[in-house]
Amino acid sequence: MTKADTVIVVKDLVKKFGSFVANDHLNFEVKRGEIFGFLGANGAGKTTAIKILCGLQSPTSGDIKVAGFNVYTQTNKIKQHIGYMSQKFSLYEDLTVSENFRFYGGIYGLSNKLIRERTKTLLQRLDLEHAANKVLRDIPLGWKQKLAFSVAVMHNPEVVFLDEPTGGVDPITRRQFWELIYEEANRGTTIFVTTHYMDEAEYCQRVSIMVDGRIEALDSPKKLKETYQAASMNEVFIRLARAQKNTE
Amino acid sequence: MKQQPAVVANDLTKSYKSQLALKKVSFQIENGELFGFIGPDGAGKTTLFHLLTTLLIPDTGSASVRGFDTVADYAAIRKIVGYMPGRFSLYQDLTVEENLNFFAGIFNTTIAENYHLIEDIYKQIEPFKTRRAGKLSGGMKQKLALSCALIHKPEVLFLDEPTTGVDAVSRMEFWEMLRKLKQQGITIVVSTPYMDEAALCDRVALMQNGEIMLTNTPQRIVDGFKGELLAVSSDNMFDLLHQLENIPDTAAAYRFGDRIHYVSERNIDPEIIQKALASSGQKNVVIEPITPVIEDCFIMLMKSKSKNDPN
Amino acid sequence: MKGFIFKEFMHIFRDLRTMVILFGMPIAQVLLFGFAITNEINNADIAILDQAKDVASTEITNKLLSSGYFRLHEVIDDPNQIEASFEKGTIKEVVVFEPHFAEKLQNGEKTTIQLITDASDPNTANLINNYTAGIIRDYAMKSNPNAGRTLVNVETTMLYNPELKGVFMFVPGTITVLLMLVSAMMTSISIAREKELGTMEVLLVSPLKPSQIIIGKVLPYVVLSFINALLILVLAYTVFAMPIQGSLLLLLLQTILFIVMALSLGIFISTVSNTQQTAMLLSMFVLMLPTILLSGFIFPIENMPLPLQIFSNIMPSKWFIIIVKNIMLKGLGMGYVWKETLILIGMTALFILLSVKKFNIRLNK
Repeated sequence: MTKADTVIVVKDLVKKFGSFVANDHLNFEVKRGEIFGFLGANGAGKTTAIKILCGLQSPTSGDIKVAGFNVYTQTNKIKQHIGYMSQKFSLYEDLTVSENFRFYGGIYGLSNKLIRERTKTLLQRLDLEHAANKVLRDIPLGWKQKLAFSVAVMHNPEVVFLDEPTGGVDPITRRQFWELIYEEANRGTTIFVTTHYMDEAEYCQRVSIMVDGRIEALDSPKKLKETYQAASMNEVFIRLARAQKNTE
Repeated sequence: MKQQPAVVANDLTKSYKSQLALKKVSFQIENGELFGFIGPDGAGKTTLFHLLTTLLIPDTGSASVRGFDTVADYAAIRKIVGYMPGRFSLYQDLTVEENLNFFAGIFNTTIAENYHLIEDIYKQIEPFKTRRAGKLSGGMKQKLALSCALIHKPEVLFLDEPTTGVDAVSRMEFWEMLRKLKQQGITIVVSTPYMDEAALCDRVALMQNGEIMLTNTPQRIVDGFKGELLAVSSDNMFDLLHQLENIPDTAAAYRFGDRIHYVSERNIDPEIIQKALASSGQKNVVIEPITPVIEDCFIMLMKSKSKNDPN
Repeated sequence: MKGFIFKEFMHIFRDLRTMVILFGMPIAQVLLFGFAITNEINNADIAILDQAKDVASTEITNKLLSSGYFRLHEVIDDPNQIEASFEKGTIKEVVVFEPHFAEKLQNGEKTTIQLITDASDPNTANLINNYTAGIIRDYAMKSNPNAGRTLVNVETTMLYNPELKGVFMFVPGTITVLLMLVSAMMTSISIAREKELGTMEVLLVSPLKPSQIIIGKVLPYVVLSFINALLILVLAYTVFAMPIQGSLLLLLLQTILFIVMALSLGIFISTVSNTQQTAMLLSMFVLMLPTILLSGFIFPIENMPLPLQIFSNIMPSKWFIIIVKNIMLKGLGMGYVWKETLILIGMTALFILLSVKKFNIRLNK
């Protein structure tokens, strides 16, 4: 299989719940190895869109492909080729680090040999080899977050969805986490990330901002700041989300 | 009679089983202050709030709210404080109005009696007052929870991570509401993992691993930043970080928004950095001294802590 | 306080699942138990031991067999064969005519027809017996309108289960199980839910006293449980013609006592469980199963091994079932159930004391 350069293609994605339009004609593409920030206010429709892209929910209409697979008919294929991590997604607290790896590797059908190899490389990368046999509940929160990320990319997914991966994490660990994201992206994995930390929006190559079910803005942080004549992404975001609140 | 300080804590220590959640925490919060506990998850903020709201008993040390001891006089404290726990703590199956009525009822008051206190906040959700709380959006839930915590006109208001998981705009609005409440003379104690919110408090305590690293006004904390903070940017940001780390005597180099913040152990001339980066092939390097923010201070405090503490 | 109770009712009324458990369950259970017990008989196999072999005995036999209710399985000649005949397991009843039956009847002498019934299925036995006796009396009335009724004496013998245990037993048992379920399980779950949602934290950091929180949580369930008990009684009375021999007032008072006992048990369970799931499992295994198995509801206590018999004494439901049976079925008054009542009051007091003590004014961590 030749790998296409575009990993996520979304054309006219519409999702309705009754008369409520959660996603109103979304259009965007995400390239291989890109770090794509998916921002929006609470209730703007982010979660719905992510569920659709992960194959957990089917859209009302639109042409959507993730890793080359159709979200209507090939959801199982999609799930094989994506990784997912959220703040709530936690590893099993009563298993050791390597047991967690073995379990999640098993879910994706990796062979035992491959699981051992991947576990070793991933732990080496985190510099956490010494923790392999520690039970998860005994290790610091910051490590867990990084391990959860490693588990999410263990099966070499084409795209990994990170839903507020750094919520409540201390500023140093948060930055180390982003280093991991960068390294993974450099290896060709596409990163699709949501966050409430606006400084993290600056770390993305491109950012989309959802307001009220629509994508109001989509560009590199630099261009967005120029367009909206703002000093930071925080300002851009507030300007966009505020405008909507005032017309409500 | 001299009025008692709003909150006083002396050497509060609390552990669960073998885990030490809070280590000898001391501070004093004055009446009418908007005081923030800033720190990541696991710093001990929620444990501290449970101790101050009389929900837990400290292992050692003591605390008081308005002069009442949190252990001996817990009943008196419960009459004068408002508390909003970190989790969404309203009845999802009751409507907005029923929730508010209920919380007014358990404090023997009515909505009408203290309506002036919550008016600004409640007005925004009043159009939805017959909607069940479970069906509200995140921002509206938060406003309802705040209204419920306020309805009995508390003297001291404890808000545990009210803005966690809330978007930047709703967070801003929330802090505007808190500033207005402060003007009504209510002491507000709030905790948050978002460093940028520290600047909105009168005074803050920076917490990490169950300890308070520093307590002061945001301005003084920033003024006390040791060394000169430089912001560096270039065309190749990814390599830039590692190149900066390799410069001798680097104390810290970390990404901050679209730039990298750099601190040196000595007063380094930006020219030297400029040269070093140019020789590593960096183009369009911009270096400028900037004023640190709380997050910079927090990072430097964490680094000096971990240096002094081998663990 | 008023607001608290209102809120609690709202929780119940707005949750379909709770409503179904509260009101659907009692009706379903009563009907289920009721209809599991047959109300009609069809071609029940009987045997006849006719020691008279005269006009009257033959006529009665014909009447019985042509009624459609009975089918002749066997004719027995010797009273000693009765036992053996039952042991084959097919026949449900043996009708025994004494010698010189018609003659005595003619002469206006008293005569006896003996009905021996297999009571291992007590409800069916009762029905068969009643039907047979009815047909016989009907015949006696017609043959001698003036004295027939008094002349033919129908003597009933129940084999294997002489006291007919099991008949109407399902009502006291069902009331007990349901009150336990609704009262104890539902309250423990609803308190645990507040802990799980974090609303308990807010309630604790308010001037409410633990007793106020408990009463506020419990009162709606007292009312609903009581309505439930009434519902079951009305159903039992109307659909299954269950008699209430004793004082209705006393029965209702006892029911309230048991409800309060179950509620305090529920609160006690909630004080030791932090999640709805734990509360549910605890109620299931600590309350429901023993209530069903050890209270005498399904298995007679006197048939249990001695250790279980002793253990059954700490089952509140055992005592309540005795009380209900005595009042409903035997029509006995307070004088006969005071001991059981005292035991229940004692248990109630104990659980209330324990739960108020255990109900933490702080978070239990």
